[in-house]
Amino acid sequence: MVNVVPIRKNSMTAIQSKVWSAMLAEMAVTKDKSLYIQLYQHFAPKVKAYITRLGVMEATAEELTQEAMLNMWRKSHLFQPEKSAASTWLFTLARNQSIDWMRKHKYPEYSLDNMQGGIEEVSETDIGEQSVQSERIAQAISQLPENQALVVYMSFYEGRSHSEIADRLMIPLGSVKSRIRLAAEKLKLTLRGELSLGGEQ
Amino acid sequence: MNINHHLDEATLFSYVAGALSQGMALVVASHISICDSCRERVFETEAIGGALLDDVVNDNSPDSSSVSVKVNETALEQVLACLDEEAPVTTPGKIPPDGESTVGNTSEVPAPLRDYIGGSLDAVQWKRLSSGFYYFDVFSEQRGICRLLKVAPGKSILHHGHHGNELTLLLRGSYADEVGRFAQGDIADLDDQIEHQPLVDGDENCICLVATDYPLRFTTLLGKVIQPMTGF
Ligand SMILES: [Zn+2]
Repeated sequence: MVNVVPIRKNSMTAIQSKVWSAMLAEMAVTKDKSLYIQLYQHFAPKVKAYITRLGVMEATAEELTQEAMLNMWRKSHLFQPEKSAASTWLFTLARNQSIDWMRKHKYPEYSLDNMQGGIEEVSETDIGEQSVQSERIAQAISQLPENQALVVYMSFYEGRSHSEIADRLMIPLGSVKSRIRLAAEKLKLTLRGELSLGGEQ
Repeated sequence: MNINHHLDEATLFSYVAGALSQGMALVVASHISICDSCRERVFETEAIGGALLDDVVNDNSPDSSSVSVKVNETALEQVLACLDEEAPVTTPGKIPPDGESTVGNTSEVPAPLRDYIGGSLDAVQWKRLSSGFYYFDVFSEQRGICRLLKVAPGKSILHHGHHGNELTLLLRGSYADEVGRFAQGDIADLDDQIEHQPLVDGDENCICLVATDYPLRFTTLLGKVIQPMTGF
C-alpha cells in the first residue's frame, strides 16, 4: 500500500501536465481568453515563486510575473508542444524576463524564428510524451545526491555561475563543473527513459 | 556546417539555467543557433527547468489545486486588459540591421551576435593591437569580457592558462592547439584545467568570439596576445 501513493500522485501530475500543454497549444491557435485565464491561474503563482527565488523583491517579482504571463499570450505562436511541455516553455519566459531585468540587458537567445524546418505536425502522443518527461525529471531531481542537487538549485534558482558556486562552496571550479555534468547526465538519462526511478539503481 | 567541437555539458546547463555571464551566454546562443545537436541538448535541458518550475510551488498535497494556486484577482484583471491592447504578432522574421547587406558574409555572423555587431565581420570597427592582431569589444561587463579577435595566419597566441571559464566560437578561418583543430562553428569550451597555445593555420585570418566569466583577467589574455610581438 505504501508504494501506491507516490505512483498515483505522479501519474496524476503527468495527466495534468499534458492537459496544460494541450491547453496552451490550443490557446496559441484560438486565442481563447478562457483558456488564457486557466493557464494564468495555474502558472502565474509558479512563475512568481521562481522569480522570487532568484532574489527579486516582491513588488518587482509581481511586475516581472505579469510581463512573463503577458508574453505567454504574445508569444504563444512560438510554443512548440512537440518540443517542450507548457511548464518548460513558461520556465524560459520567466527566466528571460527576470534576467533581462536584473542585468538591464537582453539574455542572448538563439532565435526560434530563424530555425529551419517549419512547423511540424503535433500529435496528442507528442504532447503527452513531453509532459511525462517533465514529471519524471522532477522525481529524478529529488533523487540526486545532495551535493549534485545543490549545484542544480544554485544554478536554476539562484542564477549562480560556476565560479560563484565554487566560491560559495569553497571547492575548485572543476568540481562544480563535474557535479553539474553528473547531475545533468542523470537527469537526461531519466528524460530518455533509460534510467529506472526508485531506490534500487 | 560541419561542427566538430561542441559545448561542455556544464556550460550548456548553466546557459539554460540563466546562470552564465552575458558574454558567455552570447557565445552559447550563437553556437546553438548554428548547431543542431547542441540545440537538441538545450531542449532537453530546458525540460529540467520546466520540472523545477512545476515543483517550485509546493503542491504535494492532493487538494493543492484549491489551496496553493491562488491568484490576485486584480493582477489577472490587469493582464486581461492588456491582452486587448496587444497588436497581433506579425509573421516572425528578423530584419537585418540598417545598412547591412543580407548577401555575402551574413551567414558568418550567427543571429544572436548580429544584434550586437551587425551582419558582416568585414564591417566591424577593428582595433589594431599589434602586427596581425586585431580586436573589437562587443561589450564589457562586471562578470567577464566579450570580445572579437582577428588573428593573421601563422600567428600564435602564447601559451595561456585561465582563471575561470573561457569560451571561444570560431567564425572564420581556423586554428590548432593542444585540444585539436577548430574551424568555423566550432566551440572551444575551456576552463582553468587547460593550458593551450592556439596557432592560426590555413591562409586566412582567424576570427573568433571570445568570452570569459572572470573579470579583469582579460588583460592577461590580452598581454599574452601581445607577447609574440614583444618577444616574450
Ligand atoms: Zn554544438
